[in-house]
Amino acid sequence: MLQRLYDWVDERLDITPIWRDVADHEVPEHVNPAHHFSAFVYCFGGLTFFIIVIQFLSGMFLTMYYVPDIVNAYESVKYLQGEVAFGMIVRGMHHWGASLVIVMVFLHTLRVFFTGAYKKPRELNWVVGVLMFFILMGLGFTGYLLPWDMKAYFATVVGLQMAESVPIIGTLIKTLLSGDPEIVGAQTLTRFFAIHVFFLPAALLGLMAVHFIMIRRQGIAGPL
Amino acid sequence: MVSEKDHNVSRRQFLTYTLTGVGGFMAAGVVLPMARFAIDPVLQTTGEGDMHAVTEVSELTDEPQRFDFSYEQEDAWYTSETTNSAWIYLDGDDIVALSPVCTHLGCTVNWNSNENHPNEFFCPCHGGRFEKDGTNVAGTPPTEPLHRYKVEVRDGTVYLGKAEPQI
Ligand code: FES
Repeated sequence: MLQRLYDWVDERLDITPIWRDVADHEVPEHVNPAHHFSAFVYCFGGLTFFIIVIQFLSGMFLTMYYVPDIVNAYESVKYLQGEVAFGMIVRGMHHWGASLVIVMVFLHTLRVFFTGAYKKPRELNWVVGVLMFFILMGLGFTGYLLPWDMKAYFATVVGLQMAESVPIIGTLIKTLLSGDPEIVGAQTLTRFFAIHVFFLPAALLGLMAVHFIMIRRQGIAGPL
Repeated sequence: MVSEKDHNVSRRQFLTYTLTGVGGFMAAGVVLPMARFAIDPVLQTTGEGDMHAVTEVSELTDEPQRFDFSYEQEDAWYTSETTNSAWIYLDGDDIVALSPVCTHLGCTVNWNSNENHPNEFFCPCHGGRFEKDGTNVAGTPPTEPLHRYKVEVRDGTVYLGKAEPQI
């Protein structure tokens, strides 16, 4: 049944080469942990991706209950964590995943650095990777405010003050982020929410695509 | 070296099975909590619902009158004062309290509001009509009688619970 459905589509759209191109490529011996166990260091990029997928999924589900509004934000988080089945688990996935993704990115970066994989011709992919690291930091910063509890609020106050300390354009950046020159409040929360769930994830998706396409075009860097 | 043919399950098949199995377990571990989280509203048990004091029995006549009553409504993390209304009349010793929500598409019905159809509940939206006991008049859009509140009398005060279908 499934096979026939697949054949029907394939006959018309010739989809086999598309997934074959993605699925069929040799894993070089030096990155295969079955050959050299130490090659497990090559897994960190994939693990980063895996955790980002979990972050996307758990984040999507959390917005089913969360409201980005200063009156209700805290209560809605409390409700989804305490009253909804598996709420603690789903919020926990997003919470711990956020830290874990930074750990994985760090390990992935170390491996790329120490195997010299950033060298010509792969300089651009290193640049894209660093950009994604900044985006992940931004996601961490904006996401931290969303529960709208004391810790979130004061962490954001401090973060905004750091932004303000930038020479010349500091005040501008701060106002742009918080939505008001003085108050960290209603507009800050909605802005951070929009940045956290729409702008940064969209940018991250785009850059991940570029990252992966470049890997496929250039291949994995050779052994040490 | 044993040839591949002597095995019922080839090496490649074995690997496919185990990898799909392990992968499936991992995917399920990630997805199941989220799925249960998302469908929670469907599985939440709704309580019996409280009874709300609405009016005194002495106020009632055998003509339906509209009574509004307010109560605290809990909507997840949001609690608010909500107002509901009921058409209440005496049927002998029986107290009948009908919901004003039209059973066609949910507009609000009124008693005796249409000159052409006296002593009936009338819905202005699509001309739905109901008799005094809530029975829908055949040939008008509603397909079932008006819902009837659970009624309780304590010390001469009328308490209403949930409105339930009459059929
Ligand atoms: S909603 Fe009352 S008749 Fe249609």
